[in-house]
Amino acid sequence: MARTYEPVIGLEVHAQLLTRSKMFCGCSTEFGAPPNTHVCPVCLGLPGALPVPNGGAVEMAIRAALALGCTVRNRSRFARKNYFYPDLAKNYQISQYELPLNEHGRLEIEVDGVKRRVGIVRIHLEEDAAKNLHPVGAGGDTLVDFNRGGTPLMEIVSDPDMRSAAEAEEYLRKLREILMFAGVNDGNLEEGSFRCDANVSLRPTGQKQLGTRVELKNINSFRFVRKAIEYEVMRQQSVLDSGGIVEQETRAWNVEQSRSFTMRSKEEAMDYRYFPDPDLPELVVSDEMIARARAQLAELPAEKRARYRSALGLTEYDASVLTSHPAISSYFESCTNELLKACEKPLSPQQAGKRCANFIQSEVMRYLKTEGLGLQVPVTASRLAELIAIVEIGAISGKMAKEVFAQMAATGKAAKKVVEQKGLSQISDASVIDGEVERLIQAHPEQVEQYRSGNKKVLGFFVGQVMKATKGSANPKMVNEALRKYLEG
Amino acid sequence: MTEGRLHTRTLVALSSLVASGEISSIELTRLFLDRIGRFNGRLNAFLTVDPEYALAQAAAIDRSKQKREALGPLSGVPIAVKDNICTRGIRTTCASRILENYIPPYDAHVVQRLRKAGAVIVGKLNMDEFAMGSSNENSAFGPVRNPWSLERTPGGSSGGPAAATASSLVAAALGSDTGGSVRQPASFCGITALKPTYGRVSRYGLVAFASSLDQIAPITRDIRDAARLLGVIAGHDSRDATSYPGEVENYEVECGKAIKGMRVGVVRDAFEKGCDEDVASAIDKALETFKQLGCELVEVSLPHISYGVSVYYIVAPAEASSNLARFDSVRYGLRVLGEDLFDTYAKTRAQGFGAEVKRRIMLGTYALSAGYYDAFYLRAQKVRTLIWNDYAEAFKRCDVLLTPTAPTPAFKLGEKTGDPLAMYLQDIFTLPPSLAGIPAVSAPCGFSSSGLPIGMQLCAPAFHEGRLVRITHAFEQSTDFINRRPAAFELD
Ligand SMILES: [Zn+2]
Repeated sequence: MARTYEPVIGLEVHAQLLTRSKMFCGCSTEFGAPPNTHVCPVCLGLPGALPVPNGGAVEMAIRAALALGCTVRNRSRFARKNYFYPDLAKNYQISQYELPLNEHGRLEIEVDGVKRRVGIVRIHLEEDAAKNLHPVGAGGDTLVDFNRGGTPLMEIVSDPDMRSAAEAEEYLRKLREILMFAGVNDGNLEEGSFRCDANVSLRPTGQKQLGTRVELKNINSFRFVRKAIEYEVMRQQSVLDSGGIVEQETRAWNVEQSRSFTMRSKEEAMDYRYFPDPDLPELVVSDEMIARARAQLAELPAEKRARYRSALGLTEYDASVLTSHPAISSYFESCTNELLKACEKPLSPQQAGKRCANFIQSEVMRYLKTEGLGLQVPVTASRLAELIAIVEIGAISGKMAKEVFAQMAATGKAAKKVVEQKGLSQISDASVIDGEVERLIQAHPEQVEQYRSGNKKVLGFFVGQVMKATKGSANPKMVNEALRKYLEG
Repeated sequence: MTEGRLHTRTLVALSSLVASGEISSIELTRLFLDRIGRFNGRLNAFLTVDPEYALAQAAAIDRSKQKREALGPLSGVPIAVKDNICTRGIRTTCASRILENYIPPYDAHVVQRLRKAGAVIVGKLNMDEFAMGSSNENSAFGPVRNPWSLERTPGGSSGGPAAATASSLVAAALGSDTGGSVRQPASFCGITALKPTYGRVSRYGLVAFASSLDQIAPITRDIRDAARLLGVIAGHDSRDATSYPGEVENYEVECGKAIKGMRVGVVRDAFEKGCDEDVASAIDKALETFKQLGCELVEVSLPHISYGVSVYYIVAPAEASSNLARFDSVRYGLRVLGEDLFDTYAKTRAQGFGAEVKRRIMLGTYALSAGYYDAFYLRAQKVRTLIWNDYAEAFKRCDVLLTPTAPTPAFKLGEKTGDPLAMYLQDIFTLPPSLAGIPAVSAPCGFSSSGLPIGMQLCAPAFHEGRLVRITHAFEQSTDFINRRPAAFELD
């Protein structure tokens, strides 16, 4: 009978920091510019150029570290990691080695009701490599785009505390969410601003000592992380079951074939010859800087969800949808605040929250999805609040609001403008409605008689006639009330 | 003043002649360009001379003068810089094949400062390849010759700057000093060089050899020129993270101040072993001079400086092995195409680098390798701290420290090329102050029996360059060594 094994998983995440300039020079970090336009002597590794650390990147890394419960070192060091590759301008990467900026953090995850605390060994700062391109028509040449070269990265190394692919995936989702809400990373897996390597080993269940670990590289979506780890666990298990030995190696995940391949064996492992970078003095972080970073640390997603439920009365589901991205939660929060301020009819925070949550989750998110806008809401939170306020006072119906929103998004106009121009405003003027009702009652004495003799269904006929006459813009509630008054009075 | 002697005047004297309108910068620049044309063939001090560039700068200074604009402290005087200092639009080779045709797109910080101060940069000076060497014989473009004796070395690695300054092909020059690279050549060529405290001058635009040691330094006829030039290039630069933010003192005002009561530390054990007799006796006489000037001589010991050479030849090559990795043919420089990427790297670097550079890259790579790092690099750094402490202790008992600059006067070309270790020992006195990061000056203090210049090295605590200016100036005033010139470079 085959033995049972326990997978042991640790993750290394490289997260790009949301600074506007690079880690060691003033070049822009903007994504998608023409190749080699965001470059300078420093990030091209020209002779004589020297690195100067980006204070903003240091601050962001500290904020991330605090969000993950790390200890921030007052003194840390940059080190050079030496290896030759064309995407590395200096043929060494400036990173941190012996004395990283942050250490000893943790992240709580929960999978299938089982909670686990994953330790974070360290979070250090480094610079990203450039991008090697192999374009068709370059005659087989490799071209290098140095725009990305030197972008600030945080490397977040976990303890080998995860025991399944599902836990690894959950850890990554949680980590990504925290970094996004801390305002330090955009969580964009497609553009490579959040990347992951995994270390996987197996050990017989109950054994303390760790097995030989295999490093998995190139797994850049949550789905692939899960698949790649599951594949690796199976692979190691079958090696062990057939009496073999797991080799220490680095494997790369191949998306098309859904399997991994050996990249480097243990013998080919690189000697990076790390040493302290003599161009950069010790990185000194004062207690005041740490306190400032702590003060700037925004509310994290778990705290937000709890607050949405308790203070705004949202359901668990609504709260989690609205905290799926910091852009959405901040849109929701400012919309709610604006509505409370703008609405002529006094609302409780719960009412305002619920109205905004409903509108954002239905109309706004659907619009973003069908238009393929990502998270770029084309209507500002305060304008959306105006629209919801108009619905609230009964000037237009909820159904009309959907149309108005689409118009606002398409034209950039304010809600009131759209309503005015389209003549969408509900007729809520009692004298107009009364006049219409009076005219109908005089024109249809038969139906009036039927109603008065007990056939209440005739009311529907009158409502329909009023709506027809007002092209559907009469306030339905007022029409009902007016009809009853005339028919019964 | 006769025209023929103009070139022997100091940088400070020449800049006041331009400032007062007695001579135009164009005239002065033509004079030096003419001398370069006439004598550089003998010396091989220049790798690049750019008359057009030089005359354009001179013309600009003369225009400013005509418009009565304020002129800078180096107004209109021709100088040159070592070829590891980046000059925008002018090739910067580091005397290496790998950068033979490399033209930087930017000026080094010191070059910006020189231009702002009104200097006329006439060209780029020869050196040991990537500043690695003590005889200038490691230049890919041929050795520089010593103006005092053409079959001898001018020293290294700043052989070009020293030879050009000593033979008055320029009024002054900038070199770089990692372990003695301006001081030993100054000593061999009978001129003055002032290596500043590490961090005092920005390294931005200096092609790195060993980043924790490299400093750009003036090479001049006398100490006042060095003070003037250092005043121009010193100061904080936000582009160099190791640049010192403190204010720059006025070095020149130290010239002429008395040195009575100054305590001169003597490190006996250091220079009595393996030192040339003429050198030892010149140092003894210098001590006598200081005594007569009212200085107090204090015997001090620096127990760890004997490890200086060993420490330096681990730390400097280790840093160099990483600094020079960028020369891979991908973005600039020589490219020798191979079968694949790594073959291209190998072929380019095999053809692009000379033997000494390769030797140091290998030494450094080894010292940083897994399993050796602790025994070599880490231990060397610890000993470096001990050397630093030695100086801190010594400076409790004295104000400056005196040693010879080099153990011998200039040796013959080819004499030590077969024995790298003997060559490394040339730097025995200059390495420890570099490792400690403290300022050090080399100034002429005598001549050997065969008429070769001898230099003394004075060191001071960090950021006390002014003290070195003061004592060196007092010494110059009571001796005649700076006024002797190599005869071969006067007009017939
Ligand atoms: Zn840049």
